[in-house]
Amino acid sequence: MTLIHKLLGAAATLALTSGVAAAEPAVIFDLGGKFDKSFNEAAFNGATRWATETGGTFKELEMQSEAQREQALRRLAEAGSNPIVMTGFAFGDVLNQVAPDFPDTKFAIIDMVVEQPNVKSVVFTEHEGSYLVGMMAGLASTSATVGFIGGMDIPLIRRFGCGYAQGVVAANPDAKVILNMTGTTPAAWNDPVKGAELAKSQKSQGADVIYAAAGGTGIGVLQAAADEGILSIGVDSNQNYLFPGKVLTSMLKRVDNAVYDAFTEGTEMTGGITVKDLKSEGVGYALDEHNAALVTPEMKAAVDAAAAKIISGELVVHDYMSDNTCPAATF
Amino acid sequence: MDYATLLQILDSTLRLATPLLLACLAGLFSERAGIFDIGLEGKMLMAAMASGAVAALSGSVWLGLCAGIGASLVLAALHGIASITFRGNQLIAGVALNFVASGVTVLIAQRMFGQGGRTPPLTGDARFNPLTLPFAEELRGVPVLGPLYAEVISGHSILVYLALALVPLSWWVLYRTRFGLRLRAVGENPASVDTAGVSVVALRYAAVAITGVLCGLAGAYMATALQAGFGREMTAGRGYIALAALIFAKWRPWAALWATLLFGFFQALALRPDVVEAVLRFKVPVPALDALPYVLTVLVLAGFVGKAIPPRAGGQPYVKER
Repeated sequence: MTLIHKLLGAAATLALTSGVAAAEPAVIFDLGGKFDKSFNEAAFNGATRWATETGGTFKELEMQSEAQREQALRRLAEAGSNPIVMTGFAFGDVLNQVAPDFPDTKFAIIDMVVEQPNVKSVVFTEHEGSYLVGMMAGLASTSATVGFIGGMDIPLIRRFGCGYAQGVVAANPDAKVILNMTGTTPAAWNDPVKGAELAKSQKSQGADVIYAAAGGTGIGVLQAAADEGILSIGVDSNQNYLFPGKVLTSMLKRVDNAVYDAFTEGTEMTGGITVKDLKSEGVGYALDEHNAALVTPEMKAAVDAAAAKIISGELVVHDYMSDNTCPAATF
Repeated sequence: MDYATLLQILDSTLRLATPLLLACLAGLFSERAGIFDIGLEGKMLMAAMASGAVAALSGSVWLGLCAGIGASLVLAALHGIASITFRGNQLIAGVALNFVASGVTVLIAQRMFGQGGRTPPLTGDARFNPLTLPFAEELRGVPVLGPLYAEVISGHSILVYLALALVPLSWWVLYRTRFGLRLRAVGENPASVDTAGVSVVALRYAAVAITGVLCGLAGAYMATALQAGFGREMTAGRGYIALAALIFAKWRPWAALWATLLFGFFQALALRPDVVEAVLRFKVPVPALDALPYVLTVLVLAGFVGKAIPPRAGGQPYVKER
């Protein structure tokens, strides 16, 4: 009897220690879906890059509904995943409640600031990247009318739209920017049919370049723009390859680097706010063989000059989230 | 609001109303035969996935359409077996089918293509491309009617015209044929149909099969004409809006056309908040526009706009002898 007890005890200890040794990092994707070709897919690519470089493994979870957030977070934390990275502002409230219950687990949240000692908040200066693609849109447009289609109407997406509008106006002061949001619920991240209709309606209003900052909805926007023979601008990931020759550029938001860094730091991760801006190459625009023919040397020179000015601090792009107003557009 | 803007909104209306119209007619046949069908959404989703997948693999949109109708028919048959043969609860069977479709579509598409439950983008012949009707360009110069014909009526995929043609056809079948009379009777008083020596079960299966075909068309339209491929949950509740339209239309084919066009018009308006603001001279929140179809349906159900009386035997499984 005692022997069995000892054996069981030893086995249990072994199981526990092996569990601790194999503390896997985890990543949770938001409602747009892991393969949205945009925001969440960038996070997945970062995690995959970490896994191939280190030979490690990671857990992943894809949200299917709003109600799952807290449950998913707690389950991963209880299962010993560490660190846990989540994509999307919508995790903010939930994480604020869950993080204190797991003081030994490190969390990282992208696109939201959560002030807890064991949470690292990664935010991007989307307005700077959007300003650059906005300039490019303003220069590429022949009708002096460009469009913006956001996903869910939240301050973060307005920050994209506001930076974009400033860039358009900087390149062409007479240009008109048409702003639309897909919806007010998380379903707006994955409604390509509505995205396509919005793109068609913007085209009928004269827009000939449309910037989609809408997660999975953006695929519908890019598709409709390609069908209608106008240009589009992708977001978060490099989406130029989706419709070669039809996508003017993509606003890059290096979510992949953020996830990769968080995984690399692992359990040693420190809390606080990390700002990924143009200077640290957290945002930028995409130039590759798929859009090389669309971007003229003049456009590239103008945009690069603006980028240099933003980095040096000479040019400050207004951040919508700083005061909830936008000098170049009304929402 | 100028005429060109109005035309653009009407053009958008027609595109958005088509899946609603097809699903609404589908529900019409089923419910007129006494089988409530909450599962329109699931059938559309399944058809969208099947048509997107087959069109992507074969490169032929027509094969895709057939696959979509086939997949929708499978779900319709399941609904029939559950609610006609085994006399189960029709609403629960329908809800169950919706859940099945929601999961299975993503599972199959992910297994086949590994693109996160999406089917590959369709190009060329794998898609229903817009048709330009004869004389559209020549008549464009005619005042008022010319642009209306060229912009709104011409330039849609063939499924849009098919859906519109199905409205008079449905009316004719339901009100001018022996089959239609029996189908309506089986939804009102199945016992009398049985007494007359006509099989209630066969009639109800026929109705459910028609529902399957129509939902298949609706799903295929979404995946191969409106969009270029299937995406997770791409029907986005259109099956439920179609049910609302069916109540609004009081289970009649022509009214179904007007109801779905009205709902499509509201959806198109919600895309143009600037136009609404310009016409009404005050800002209307977009969610309020999105909610209008449901508000109207509630008003109809509450009896403010005439009375909506569903088929009398709707929802009750038929038991031959008690």
